[in-house]
Amino acid sequence: MFDPNTASALRVDQQDGKYALDARNVTVTYNTDKGPLDTIRNVTLQLVPGEIYGLVGESGSGKTTLARAIVRYLPANGHLSSGTVKLGGTDLLALTRKEMRSVWGSKITMVHQDPGASINPAMLIGDQIAEVARVHLGMSKQQAQARAIEMLSKVRMPDPESVAKRYAHQLSGGMLQRVLIATAIATNPQLIIMDEPTTALDVTTEAVILDLVRDLLKEFDTSVLYITHNLGVVARICNRVGVLYTGEIMEEGTIEQVFKSKLHPYTRGLLGSVPRIEASKKDISLCAIPGFIPRPDQLPAGCVFAPRCELVEPACEEKRPPLVEIDSNHQTACRRWEVLQHDADAASGVCPARVTEDRELGDLVLEARNIKKYFPVSGGLSSFWKRDRTVVKAVDDISVRMRRSFTMGIVGESGCGKTTLARCIAGLEEATSGEIELEGEILPYSVAKRSRETLKKIQMVFQNPDASLNPQHPAGVSVARPLILLRNLSGKEVRNRVRELFEAVNLPENYIDRLPHELSGGEKQRVAIARANAADPTLMICDEPISSLDVSVQAALMNLLVDLQESKGTSYLFISHDLAAVRHLSDWIAVIYLGRLCEIGSAEDVFVPPYHPYTEALLSAIPIPDPDIKQDAIRLRGSVPSAMNIPSGCRFHTRCPRKIGEICEQQEPPWRDVEKDHRYCCHIPVDELRSLQHGFLQKKIAGSGGDE
Amino acid sequence: MAGYILKRLVFIFITLLLASIIIFSITQFLPGDVARIILGQFATDTAIENLREELGLNRALHIQYIDWAGNFVRGDWGNSLTSKLPVRPMVMARLSNSAMLAGMALLIYVPLGIILGVIAALKRDKWPDHLISGISMAFVGLPEFVSGLLLIAFLAIGLQWFPANSSINPDSTFLEALPFLILPAITVSLTGLGYIARMTRSGTIDVLRNDYVRAADLKGLPAWQVLIRHTLRNSLLPTVTVVAMGIGWLMGGLIVTETVYGYPGLGRLLVYAIQRQDLPLIQAGSMIIVAIYSFSNLAADILYGMLNPRIRVGK
Repeated sequence: MFDPNTASALRVDQQDGKYALDARNVTVTYNTDKGPLDTIRNVTLQLVPGEIYGLVGESGSGKTTLARAIVRYLPANGHLSSGTVKLGGTDLLALTRKEMRSVWGSKITMVHQDPGASINPAMLIGDQIAEVARVHLGMSKQQAQARAIEMLSKVRMPDPESVAKRYAHQLSGGMLQRVLIATAIATNPQLIIMDEPTTALDVTTEAVILDLVRDLLKEFDTSVLYITHNLGVVARICNRVGVLYTGEIMEEGTIEQVFKSKLHPYTRGLLGSVPRIEASKKDISLCAIPGFIPRPDQLPAGCVFAPRCELVEPACEEKRPPLVEIDSNHQTACRRWEVLQHDADAASGVCPARVTEDRELGDLVLEARNIKKYFPVSGGLSSFWKRDRTVVKAVDDISVRMRRSFTMGIVGESGCGKTTLARCIAGLEEATSGEIELEGEILPYSVAKRSRETLKKIQMVFQNPDASLNPQHPAGVSVARPLILLRNLSGKEVRNRVRELFEAVNLPENYIDRLPHELSGGEKQRVAIARANAADPTLMICDEPISSLDVSVQAALMNLLVDLQESKGTSYLFISHDLAAVRHLSDWIAVIYLGRLCEIGSAEDVFVPPYHPYTEALLSAIPIPDPDIKQDAIRLRGSVPSAMNIPSGCRFHTRCPRKIGEICEQQEPPWRDVEKDHRYCCHIPVDELRSLQHGFLQKKIAGSGGDE
Repeated sequence: MAGYILKRLVFIFITLLLASIIIFSITQFLPGDVARIILGQFATDTAIENLREELGLNRALHIQYIDWAGNFVRGDWGNSLTSKLPVRPMVMARLSNSAMLAGMALLIYVPLGIILGVIAALKRDKWPDHLISGISMAFVGLPEFVSGLLLIAFLAIGLQWFPANSSINPDSTFLEALPFLILPAITVSLTGLGYIARMTRSGTIDVLRNDYVRAADLKGLPAWQVLIRHTLRNSLLPTVTVVAMGIGWLMGGLIVTETVYGYPGLGRLLVYAIQRQDLPLIQAGSMIIVAIYSFSNLAADILYGMLNPRIRVGK
């Protein structure tokens, strides 16, 4: 397997052989303009063969840098300044660059974050797997091709022979990630480093990939270093976990140890930030960790987490606390771990709910009736004379109603039409047909034809604040625009209002003059929310506003949205693929599949059985950061079919795990009422579904449902 | 792909049709009368009127256009007004000369430009990059009559390696013409080289930033495989387009270089025709150049599509 020429240069230290990866006291230093900067300090990672070790942390914690240091693939200005890295006894730091190339791809392989970008678009899939086998296993062209196909079938790729002859753009994200995994296991490596491998995928696909990773490891005796920001994913597939913060391990232990005892305030902070699928804004409030991750050149002298810690005492700020072993395998860097051990609620982020009483349903604000949005597909010369062009039915007859001071959550996989629906309501896409009625007035489809009054009433917060804020305008100018354009305020009034808006979104006043690039992702999104609020909208459409942010920042923004709604009575249309976030914020939830509603109801009801089989699959797929919650493994096959070619009958029948027969393929399913406020669209009757589905969530309010 | 090519051919047809109308109209508005040009300054008005009648110049313009376009398509491009010889063989001989020069220039500057561009990209912001970028920028900026004359001074007159004059016999073969091609080809290459090198450099830098190049590195492939298969395979795509677009310029736009060396190419023929108001020659030459531009663009797009599987094979 190894090139014999380089193998002679590898020293094998038998004593250390028990670890697959043994990285001790690793410190990574970057040379910057201001001098050397240690971004990873004194981190020890030891993985035994066959284990999946989860490395969690927010962006800027150094997860990826640590992984790159281990494989010695740091950028030119970074180097591993102290520590040792051994792989199965081989000292990687003693190898030359050329010898490292024989380790990469053979003993250590990597699965990268964005599978679409990590595969060469101009090379056949099969060739890209085969080249690894040719270089490292010395196989002939034919053998390597056969190996590629064998690996593709190992990762349960449907029709591996034909996939091998395709290009990256012809495969879905989930399939591409399988290709990367197939490449990673092709040489039977000792260590696979997976860097956020499912972050770019839908929950349903993510669940399938996670199952696959877990099953493959039973077969291959490989260790996995699994890097992620998602605590739920860690809880689902890892054996052990290390929590990384500003380049240091805060807590390390088995999943049970870390998720249950949580012996570091940062771990508690992270877990308190994550919205829970079983609780909404009426039950709990998310606890965002106060403050920011310090910059690597401005680290505190004592505990790196001290400035943000609730339990901080003067001794914490004197010197860096070392990792102490509490239990076998379980280590924490918190001096005050005994306090944490005795008080499960200390620094745990249990905050009282922000919304206390159940509100009456407010008056109707928006009613969108039978919205359709068809995109024509431009194709070939024939489109010149053919009348019946193919269309993509992105939104195909959806109706929603929104009330005052009310949040409608919309969930569904990517490509289901969530965003298109929102853009139709906002007027950014012209609907093909249907009616949009806002406070009794029928709106024109296009935003260009809408009155200023209407523009004021509907505002939008986009997913990517980098793209939605003008990079040339200071934050205050972006927020002032709607005040000037839509509300005709005088210069002085505008200034006062901007100041108030910044205060409302918890941004300091001196941020008004900052340019977007001087703000963090979360701060930019706050500016975007302030801008949307500037017009005092009746309806705010939030299209995945928190998806690109870290969990603790997400929590703060969700709290902000809840507070603003409480004080202003704005209605939100909240779109997200994160079911827990939707559950947390929403009063009402709509589940969309392939451009059509399949379930709608109040937030408490929708996620409790009986529910649509699609909702059931989504719920069973989401990774939950609680090892005690056991989910049914209901997995969807493949990905969402093309909206150009919608399946007959029930659109979900091609992937439905509960398909009952031909009726699903032939007839459109009827709407069935579970309760007054909860309906789904399926051929299976309510009582039958109730008896089939378990669900791990219970309805909170006793006596109002009677489920389970 | 076949559908795409068909569609493009239709567009090229439309382009040529429009170009022919424009060319025909412009030549009508040129000062001077064809009959007077043919008969000379001292011809009588009757003689001119007779000739006009004979040539069909008194007919309506659109009839004249249809007549001309019809003949052109059939291969009858008329006779030159100055030399009285048929236009087609003249244009074709020049076309083949231009093609030889273009081919020679492409052979020099494309490989060299790509190599320099790749080196600059790999050594980004280090001295080889600065050197290559600086030199290629200087070459692009240097007018061809200056670089041409300098080359003649050094390589032809000083070192006597190549002939200073490239006025080859119109029907020489490529091998016969070769020594005469080198200096003009180098002159043209100095300009082309800079474009290719800069295009390759920026394309390669873009691709080197891609995750799949990093992924290829971390697959442990030998460095040359990462460079050729994973990087250049993608980064040369924009260069291909620039090369193909350059063909139009090489065939019809080398007026200065051809003049400096006295090379009988298409560009110089056109200048000659315009100076003499030789309408049939202007029309035929312009049409050929438009056609070359159109088809080399098509070739560029087809080649790009063939090299780029995202276009070649749909979803």
